Amino acid sequence: MTYLKRSPWIIHYDASSCNGCDIEVLACLTPMYDVERFGIVNTGNPKHADIFVVTGSINEQNREVVKNIYEQMPDPKVVVAVGICAASGGVFRECYNVTGGIDKIIPVDVYVPGCAARPESIIDGIVKSLSILEEKRTKMNTPAAKKDALGGGIQ
Amino acid sequence: MMSPVYGLIYILLAPIAGGLVAGIDRKITARMQGRVGPPLLQPFYDVGKLFEKENLVVTRSQDLYALCYLVFMLVAGALFFAGGDLLLVIFAFTLSHIFLVLGAYASSSPYSFIGAERELIQIIAYEPMIILSAVGMYMVTASFFVSDIVVSSIPIVLYLPGVFIGFLMVLTIKLRKSPFDLSTSHHAHQEIVKGVTTEFTGPNLGKIEIAHWYEYVFLLGFIFLFFAFSIPIALLAIAVAYLLEILIDNTFSRVKWQFTLRSAWIIAGMLGLINLAVLYYLSGGLQA
Amino acid sequence: MIELAFLILFPAIVAFLLLALKNGQVQNAVVKIAAGLIGLATIILLITYFSSGLVLFTVPFDAAAEIMSVISLLIAGFILYLGIKQRKYLAVILITIQTLMFIGIEGWLAKDVQQVYNLFIDQFSLIMAAIVGIIGTLICVYALAYMETYHTQHPEIQDRRNIFFFMVFVFLAAMFGLIFSNNLLWVYFFWEITTLASFILIGYAKTSESTNNAFLALEMNLLGGIAFAGAIIYLLIADPTGSLLGIEQLLSSGQAFALVPAVLLSFAGITKAALMPFSSWLVGAMVAPTPVSALLHSSTMVKAGVYIIVRFAPVLSGTTEGLIIGLVGGFTFLLGSAIAISQSNAKKVLAYSTIANLGLIVACAGVGTYKLVWAAILLIIFHAIAKSLLFLCVGTVEHQIGSRNIEDMSGLIVRMPKVAVMMLVGIAGMFLAPFGMLISKWVAIEAFIEAQFGLIFVAILAFGGSITVFFWSKWMGKIISVDPHVSREEDSLKSEKKGVLYILAGLTVLICLIFPLISSSLIEPFVLSVYGQTARLSQDNIIIMAMMLFLLMIMPFSMLLPRNGARKVPPYMGGRPASSDMKFLGSMGVTRDVTLSNYYLNDLFGENRLLMAGTALGFGLILLAMIVLVGMIL
Repeated sequence: MTYLKRSPWIIHYDASSCNGCDIEVLACLTPMYDVERFGIVNTGNPKHADIFVVTGSINEQNREVVKNIYEQMPDPKVVVAVGICAASGGVFRECYNVTGGIDKIIPVDVYVPGCAARPESIIDGIVKSLSILEEKRTKMNTPAAKKDALGGGIQ
Repeated sequence: MMSPVYGLIYILLAPIAGGLVAGIDRKITARMQGRVGPPLLQPFYDVGKLFEKENLVVTRSQDLYALCYLVFMLVAGALFFAGGDLLLVIFAFTLSHIFLVLGAYASSSPYSFIGAERELIQIIAYEPMIILSAVGMYMVTASFFVSDIVVSSIPIVLYLPGVFIGFLMVLTIKLRKSPFDLSTSHHAHQEIVKGVTTEFTGPNLGKIEIAHWYEYVFLLGFIFLFFAFSIPIALLAIAVAYLLEILIDNTFSRVKWQFTLRSAWIIAGMLGLINLAVLYYLSGGLQA
Repeated sequence: MIELAFLILFPAIVAFLLLALKNGQVQNAVVKIAAGLIGLATIILLITYFSSGLVLFTVPFDAAAEIMSVISLLIAGFILYLGIKQRKYLAVILITIQTLMFIGIEGWLAKDVQQVYNLFIDQFSLIMAAIVGIIGTLICVYALAYMETYHTQHPEIQDRRNIFFFMVFVFLAAMFGLIFSNNLLWVYFFWEITTLASFILIGYAKTSESTNNAFLALEMNLLGGIAFAGAIIYLLIADPTGSLLGIEQLLSSGQAFALVPAVLLSFAGITKAALMPFSSWLVGAMVAPTPVSALLHSSTMVKAGVYIIVRFAPVLSGTTEGLIIGLVGGFTFLLGSAIAISQSNAKKVLAYSTIANLGLIVACAGVGTYKLVWAAILLIIFHAIAKSLLFLCVGTVEHQIGSRNIEDMSGLIVRMPKVAVMMLVGIAGMFLAPFGMLISKWVAIEAFIEAQFGLIFVAILAFGGSITVFFWSKWMGKIISVDPHVSREEDSLKSEKKGVLYILAGLTVLICLIFPLISSSLIEPFVLSVYGQTARLSQDNIIIMAMMLFLLMIMPFSMLLPRNGARKVPPYMGGRPASSDMKFLGSMGVTRDVTLSNYYLNDLFGENRLLMAGTALGFGLILLAMIVLVGMIL
């Protein structure tokens, strides 16, 4: 029995999104979709979060921030890239300061496509990430991983 | 007579009751907002999950403070349910809260630092009223011991209406409900992230959450004392009071700390003290 | 008897020896040996008179009174000279009035006085003696190391350490004299010596600031001295044979007669204990070297003020005058605590906390029921220990980091872990359950409910008590916040300093464990002998508190338990890349430092505003008391 799947707390970061996907992420919290049904809470604090929901692409300004938020999340954790910009840079990928999708900086577990991504697909993506989260938890509890965690974690 | 058995029962059952209260709270809140809301057992899932997570700290001492917060919350609550001295119970609660504040200070994080300061402001806002409530109960029942107050057949609330209203007001602060959710807000991400709990992760946060549950049960137990003359009425009063708190939570926006402090003191001063003064006068305290 | 005489005379003799000695090893050794002997004598005294109750003594030395008169006049002349030299004409006027009163008493009124019992000892004196004899001497030992550093760090200040230690030991002698004297004339003599000693010690640095503050203290205490002399004159006019000059005889003469002198003496006590209208002298006294502050705040001076008021509590009990004096104390407690919130200077926080707690003691004594007197004595004990510990900690920290600002003590737990832990013990001792001061406040709440007009005091305690939580906690928070900028730096501490701090921290904890014993063997018999009934905490509560204390002590060991890998990360800085040395990446690639600072809530608790309110309130109440008193005399 695991509680992790029943209580995924997210932190949402708007990397360089046009706010389209962000509105949709917030729409998930409204009475219409009400993700709290699944125990999902938008924490706004990486140290409390299990799922990192990123919208928009990586650019020079937010590269360090995305990395920092990811590093400050306790294990096990997953990253959900919401929207096509987060997945690959989208229409902005040719811009002079855009590096590309979120996976250029941190490992992404679930990609939610769309421009903007629909709330249904966002919820779907997050639910999908839960099984990955669970997988990571099992892996974390193996003796080898424990030893590794004591060694230092992500640099 | 103090009975440690009830204290033991509290230690064992309070987390279950407190977690359920928190679950009901979230469910009703959701319904008030036109949502379905999480399952009733959601708080247990949350805490269960927190203990499955990795422990991230800024400094190792945070572990100590979180543990102390829980342990002394437990001691204070057990003392209350065992029938101990009400003032000692209140002071023990203060002690446990100081540990939470110290834990927030220890991490040197700007957000938890502000949270700690605000938590302290909250403590000085609500504590006078809580002490006055205890004093009021003493004036009615002539004892500070919970065990004596609870068996008293006097309808305490009829003697202490002002004190009771004042207590309900500071209860909003103690339950961390809007409009007084200054120090560890669920809704103020831009402002102070999570205030005092910002730097606590995983198991430490879980301990703090369990301590909150213990505290809920203690606070509801305190309401019980006002109505101790009749158990059904007391249970009804607890339910109504808690529903009222949820309603307040959902209908008010957060206020500044200045307002919190001033309003808590003025209400405690006006309602609480005047109530006690009238009681004092009627009971012939001036001729004592 | 011999112990009493020893405790009064021996420090005085040592004082003169120290005056003659130069700085160095000999001075060092003399202070340590003398401190040890005084401490030992105090313990012997404790054992000897532990269960003997009230004992009165005759002093078989007739010239004592004459010697005291001569010394008094010399002191008056000395102050007069300094006052004229420094052009402090208020002090000159006050000392002139007081000297004239004194000459009137000695040369005219007190001619026929035949006071048989000049000295006495009872449980309360015994407690006070323990405080002076143990804490006072510990501070002396600490001062040795402190003053050495003080003079290296302040080369501009003239090194007058021989005068410093001379005055400190005179101070101790005077305190012993004060608490053992039954004859009010003797009490008055020692009272004036403490005024003089504090005056000289506060002005030790000889800067214009310290001189001004020393004179401020002097003027306020002289005002109290005049009231004291007034009380003696009143008693001598009422009974020229002077049979009422003995404290014991006066107390047993009944409330109706003793009330006027009791109120006058309480006024003197209020000035000495630095209650609200007179609080500025104690705050000003902060310019003195820290051991002096510790001495003034914990074991001597202010405790003399509350001692005299607690002595006369049975007379004040239930009277309008007593209530007013209690109110002065109560409002001082409330406002003093509130002002402490707005202070960032550690010594000023301590000063206002002292003022507040003395206010509470006076509030207890002024209302004066048996339970409250019990609480007041407990407060005196706990406050003395915790406050001396805190002052000495602040002094140590100040020498080490060069600042007494609380903001600069950030991360002290990393920089000076031992001192920081002791400071935490001291702070916890001041406001947290299950430590001493909280026990006393708790008892005071319970006792006030039953007293006349007690509800006012209950409200004051409820609000004031929670205010104290604020300023102590934020100080604690500052100490324990882990600041990675700093590194460990306390190894250069002198062993005397460390030793004294260890002992005091140990006492703070120990006294919480053994206070039931102190209560049952000393405080309760005293209260019983005065009131015929006594108060005590219920057995259950004592056991619970002992358990809490035990729990509190074992909790830190949980840190030693093996844990599965807590990973360290920098604090959250709103997502900005942060490093564990408290820096974060600001915009435009600039690295910025994080600075954290406490709330001081100046708008609500500003010093100027509240001090003005307190002074007005205090003066008003004292004026009221005087009017009532004059009404009574007429």
